[in-house]
Amino acid sequence: MFPELNSILNSTPDSFKSSDFILVSDRRADASFLIHHYLSFYLRAGCKVCFLGLVQSFSHYSAVSQRLGVSLAQAREKGQLVFLEGLKDSVGVLLQEDTSQETQPLSYVRSPGAGLEGLFRFVECSMRQSGDGDAGESWGPPVLLIDDLSVLLSLGVSVGAILDFTLYCQATMCSELQGNMVILVRCEEEDADDVDEEGSNLLQRGLVHQCNLALHVEGLPTGYCRDIHGQMEVWWRQRGENIYNQRKIFHFKVHDKGASFFARGTSSAVL
Amino acid sequence: MAAPVSGMAGSTSTGNATSFQKKPRRKLVSIPGTRPSVQNGQLLVSSGVSSLDYVIGGGLAVGTLLLVEEDRYDSYSHMLLRYFLAEGVVCGHELFLASARDHPDEIVQELPSPIVDDVAGMKISEGQSQPSDPENPDTMKIAWRYQNQPRYILFLSCSFSPLPVPYHALLKSIQTVIRKEGFDGSTPQSKVRNVLRLGLHSLGSVLWGDDVCCKDNPAHCHALTTFLYALRGLLRTSLSVAMVTVPSHLIQNRAVMGRIIRLSDTAIALESFRGSEKETNPLYKDYHGLLHVRQLPRLNCLSCEVPDTKDLAFKLKRKQFTIEVTSECLSIKWRQMKGPRLLLKPHHWPLIKLSVVKLLIVNQEVYCLRRTSSLCL
Repeated sequence: MFPELNSILNSTPDSFKSSDFILVSDRRADASFLIHHYLSFYLRAGCKVCFLGLVQSFSHYSAVSQRLGVSLAQAREKGQLVFLEGLKDSVGVLLQEDTSQETQPLSYVRSPGAGLEGLFRFVECSMRQSGDGDAGESWGPPVLLIDDLSVLLSLGVSVGAILDFTLYCQATMCSELQGNMVILVRCEEEDADDVDEEGSNLLQRGLVHQCNLALHVEGLPTGYCRDIHGQMEVWWRQRGENIYNQRKIFHFKVHDKGASFFARGTSSAVL
Repeated sequence: MAAPVSGMAGSTSTGNATSFQKKPRRKLVSIPGTRPSVQNGQLLVSSGVSSLDYVIGGGLAVGTLLLVEEDRYDSYSHMLLRYFLAEGVVCGHELFLASARDHPDEIVQELPSPIVDDVAGMKISEGQSQPSDPENPDTMKIAWRYQNQPRYILFLSCSFSPLPVPYHALLKSIQTVIRKEGFDGSTPQSKVRNVLRLGLHSLGSVLWGDDVCCKDNPAHCHALTTFLYALRGLLRTSLSVAMVTVPSHLIQNRAVMGRIIRLSDTAIALESFRGSEKETNPLYKDYHGLLHVRQLPRLNCLSCEVPDTKDLAFKLKRKQFTIEVTSECLSIKWRQMKGPRLLLKPHHWPLIKLSVVKLLIVNQEVYCLRRTSSLCL
């Protein structure tokens, strides 16, 4: 959890907006540090978290969360965290010989054309089970975290199927269960020459349209800098009756135990 | 006259001077050829080229994938692959080599010998210069090749796998080796733990049955990316390191290349000067090509190794491959620009107008490009 980001977004683990769809995207940069922020944020807030880890292993997130002060192993044991080990389990799914169990969560690895229904059933199932803990603890509103969604494009799933999946998730998580959703999408460079019909840019545009808050991370437009790792654009989109469309850009630097955000031009390296 | 020690100890203690006991040292199982990283304790192996290790953050982390974008004629990337394998032989690691073009035995015959820092005798022992040593037949397991594939395999559609047959078979073979030899920890304690080095040559080329390199809209556009995703999953669950070379200059679709880079952990690209106009550029006369670091991994930590500079060039001298920083690279753009340059002295600073002026710093002196003669300096 990064305190500076909390003050920028005006949210704390004790009071945050519900039914929120937050989209984290990046272009030629790495925005995964924001996913670590949200993971520790929602675990501290006592929410029930469903994490689809499609690109890294559980031990990676666990090691980083340890430095941010949250223990993922404990949260998983208590039932607060449901973790889908996408990367490690996908090999077994890809190489197995039998074609049964088509609605497994990772069935898209074997048959990418069939869509993401199995994955959605997994998410829905784990979120509707809230309140079933051993000690009878009831967790806060459910939260879905996905890292990262654009890897499904690399596996052959179509943009339409992914957008259908997010729409179903939003309907279930945000509207029905009053929970939150945080999705990471990694985009490619804008190429003016060839229009990418099936690309991650199309996916990102579709998701930005659905979301409430969009955080976009990019490198600095002036080039590579060792002290400022990039810029983050925060776009507060319309929400309910208040139609406000505010955008702000911040610079950031990622440390070992967190990230610091500052207004443009106020980095300590410059001043 | 010294009193006996036991008498000197006094009444508070017994024969032993202290009640502390030395903790029995646990025998740490360390795998040969690996060392922990200073940043995050990750287990690192060397890539075979020490200057490359320095550039990518100390070495290759065990369980990760290094992607090398080949240079145009696949000379230096092939050499990097051979250095990687040779390092494995010297450290005693297990090797898995897959190539669709050359026979793996031929590649293994040409592995470079280690550099001996022996001033007295420059002779290298015979056993090391011939890695296919009959005395140690199981230090290396050469696994695989595909040559002379029958044509029908390319047309066979695997209904149960999104991967084309060569990639599927390669993945299956890697998984079998990892399971059988116990790199994923499934063997009993008696076997000494070792690292498996995987060298996969020229993935994505036509010889692997993939058409991502020869068509704008390939039919198998997700084959290589799915393979790399599954390979990384395998690597994460075992004590292995993989080096994959890809002929990126043949891949027309930049989006696919971007995905391939993001699916690997460390990614570098080699650009050789051979055959390009940079070969005759006097600034590059010491070097054979440029090295671009495309991506560095963040493993078990939030921040990754941020390099000082991105201007790196490599050279190959007497079979030693070194990578150096070239600050002279900056001045290339300047020499191509017309117009005289002015060396700025401190008394010029107050006179500089707030216009966009390009500054160049060479050898701690600041130059500025003189736009017109009417510049007020």
